[in-house]
Amino acid sequence: MAEKKHTLDTSKWIDNYADYLFNYAISRVNNSDLAKDLVQETFFAGLKSAKNFQGKASERTWLVSILKRKIIDHYRKINSKKGQAEVRMNFYNDGENEGNWIEERVPQSWDNASEKKIETEELRTQIDICIDKLPEKYGMVFRMKTIQEFETEEICKELDISASNLWVMIHRARTQLRKCMEDNWFNN
Amino acid sequence: MFKSLKITCDEATTICDKNQYGEASIIELIKLNLHFVKCRICARYTKQNMTLTKLYKGHASSCKEMKHCMSHDDKDALKKALQEGNKAFNEVGS
Repeated sequence: MAEKKHTLDTSKWIDNYADYLFNYAISRVNNSDLAKDLVQETFFAGLKSAKNFQGKASERTWLVSILKRKIIDHYRKINSKKGQAEVRMNFYNDGENEGNWIEERVPQSWDNASEKKIETEELRTQIDICIDKLPEKYGMVFRMKTIQEFETEEICKELDISASNLWVMIHRARTQLRKCMEDNWFNN
Repeated sequence: MFKSLKITCDEATTICDKNQYGEASIIELIKLNLHFVKCRICARYTKQNMTLTKLYKGHASSCKEMKHCMSHDDKDALKKALQEGNKAFNEVGS
């Protein structure tokens, strides 16, 4: 009978926290289906460990901490898909000319940059298309840093990565994005 | 002494990207600016990077205003799933 105490009003749970958790998840993974899955997993995990909930934090904080773990797990999963063909382009030489620009990948000049700067719906769509083309983990880190404007420390903590690791990923993401914007926005 | 200030284009553009968020250190900025003396490509990259940063910032502010909510159908489905889960869980628990 003692379990009865832990029976939760799950329908209320969802009314109270689903939107908050969903918004939290989607700003990190930018995929509505994935965000839904993560929220569902979070509620299930919450249900399973409801007994351990000591009431020290608010229920929402507690659920968010579970969701954070789920996001790290997801990040680890996409990060460990080693050997899978990454769409990452190489922009710099190896070997003798290590670290120098590969000739055909050298940034081209944007003659029309000033007239193309104007903010339009079209521009936003193009930025989104280019971000979506990034390998998932780069996209995730880039979005968190540039679009959601999280502090570096916060991202490192949330994804359990080092700062230098983060900057390398930001660099790769931005180099690839620059190329994509050059091809599809500035020089097309 | 100057050798330690020499960096590759890859390193230079990494610093440049870091600097877009205002997080490059003084020594990194010195290395970057010394690199510009001999590398016009990275100087161009940097100029374009600043343009892009402005575009991304504009994009960010419009994204942040957007609140994402779950649809009623999704919530109902979730409620059902959770109730089932709760039931099964209680049965196992008792």
